[in-house]
Amino acid sequence: MHPETRTRRRNERLFRLLCLSCLFLPLAMLVWLLGDLVVKAMPRLHMDFLSGYPSRRATDAGVLPGMIGSLYLIFLTVSLAMPIGVGAAIYLEEFGRRSRLAHLIEVNIANLAGVPSIIYGLLGLEIFVRVLGLGRSLLAGAATLALLVLPVIIMATREALRTVPDSLREAAVGLGATPWQVVRQVVLPQSMPGIMTGCILAVSRAIGETAPLVVIGALTFITFLPDGVLAPFTALPIQIFNWISRPQAAFAHNAAAGIVVLMGTLLLLNATAIYLRGRMERIQKGTH
Amino acid sequence: MSDTLLSATAAPGPTTGASGTGRKPAFRRAARATPIGERFVAAVLFACGALSIFTTLGILGVLGYETAAFFSEVSIVDFLGDTEWTPLFAEKRFGIWALVSGTVLTSLIAMAVALPFGLLSAVYLSELAPSHARRILKPLMELLAGVPTIVYGFFALTVVTPLLQRVIPDLAGFNALSAGLVMGVMIIPMIASLSEDAIHAVPRALREAAWGLGASSLSTIFGVVLPAARSGIAAATTLAVSRAIGETMIVAIAAGQQPQFTSDPRVPVETMTAYIVQIGMGDVPTGTLEYRTIFAVGTMLFLMTFAMNVFAQRLARKYRRLG
Repeated sequence: MHPETRTRRRNERLFRLLCLSCLFLPLAMLVWLLGDLVVKAMPRLHMDFLSGYPSRRATDAGVLPGMIGSLYLIFLTVSLAMPIGVGAAIYLEEFGRRSRLAHLIEVNIANLAGVPSIIYGLLGLEIFVRVLGLGRSLLAGAATLALLVLPVIIMATREALRTVPDSLREAAVGLGATPWQVVRQVVLPQSMPGIMTGCILAVSRAIGETAPLVVIGALTFITFLPDGVLAPFTALPIQIFNWISRPQAAFAHNAAAGIVVLMGTLLLLNATAIYLRGRMERIQKGTH
Repeated sequence: MSDTLLSATAAPGPTTGASGTGRKPAFRRAARATPIGERFVAAVLFACGALSIFTTLGILGVLGYETAAFFSEVSIVDFLGDTEWTPLFAEKRFGIWALVSGTVLTSLIAMAVALPFGLLSAVYLSELAPSHARRILKPLMELLAGVPTIVYGFFALTVVTPLLQRVIPDLAGFNALSAGLVMGVMIIPMIASLSEDAIHAVPRALREAAWGLGASSLSTIFGVVLPAARSGIAAATTLAVSRAIGETMIVAIAAGQQPQFTSDPRVPVETMTAYIVQIGMGDVPTGTLEYRTIFAVGTMLFLMTFAMNVFAQRLARKYRRLG
């Protein structure tokens, strides 16, 4: 073999190795991070932690209000954001195609997706908490998170709507369907798995969001469960942040345990959603 | 082809079935549908889309209104000309540069990590990886992007900082270095994924021409592919910088809450986002000057990220034209 070819081969191999290690560094850190979390969380991971309320004593403190708060919050957020997001996507893809207004909305959504989440917190604080008088409530928090995840849902839904072949729309129109009937009976059922994925992405984003909730004023020390949408609340990430902020080392274990619960919930939600999506795809393929 | 035909006949099935009326009534319903109903639905859908416009207007309005109120009490010269930020002290100073420098410092450290690692990951995924490796590695990277940032913050504070302190003895417990490094790792998947799209968009003919001229795969990558993808890569970088500037929890947890105008990565700093969180954690009464500071800082933050995003979109449009 020509010596120059040999150096060339060696350089290529080295470069390939360098690139591969660049890819593995963040993955290695993820493994390290998860391992460290589980080790730190071990002393607190038992049923009392899941069913307990916050306490001044680290070993007595539990995560129940945060967990319940987060579940309410996510449920409300999706109930608000999903219909609006899907509606907006349908408008952009099926009704307003190529109109100047639709283009304006499109550009605007792309810009909103890049706005830092804490800015949404400021918006929520002023509009929902103060002007609309919702106070520092679950509903104010959910409305803020809903605005935050809307671009995610809209973009994913548009993507899903675009995968529906035009021939299906034309067939429906040919049978005399009105535009809305085409959407409701042909396009929406076809794109449901994609829409579901968008909502999962949105939920995953919303459940870990901390900054906007801190700004709108979620409480950190709560010894009761919310009794309505206008009740004050705490959420899992807020509770974790509070534990991280305490100087005593014992609370670091609580924070780690809280994070394990958070990541576990995240995993569970994703797994459920992936399962649902798979099932829907199977039903759609006509095996029912 | 046969697949689409199959689903075409199958799709309306469940919908008509679910209404419990069978096939014929569905058609009759279609004939009866009034244009008024159709117009109503279209209006509702339009309203959903228009909400995004109102969100933008809301952000601009809220930031503008409260910031104007802030500047009626604090001179803009002090805001832009001072380097001390002490709005909670008896002797109040409002120099935004103390916070901006914290943001810029942590973001620079993050980009120093994220850019080389993200870019080389992208090169590997699009140019070097066998397709089955790519199928496994891409979702793994996406997994990394799904971890809540508060988790990264905890990791920076409790693992990375103590580790760095062994190497750099005078590193403070809260510092820009650790927060910046972890934030960099968090941003790697974003740069990798966006740059990969840009590299993927480079026409194959360009690579083939380079190979035909006898270029090695390395000189093809560095001499042809990366230069052709440069505006896309620049767009990815700009978006990543915007993300770093707006990132909140990692810096609020690990970088500290001491605004200072410094370029020393070993000492505590405070970013713009961390300041807003600090005030949010306390109970500052609405309508006070302290309350308004977070909107003034928010406006600065919004302007910086907005400029980055617009610039990135412009760059992205350029590379799409190329491809």
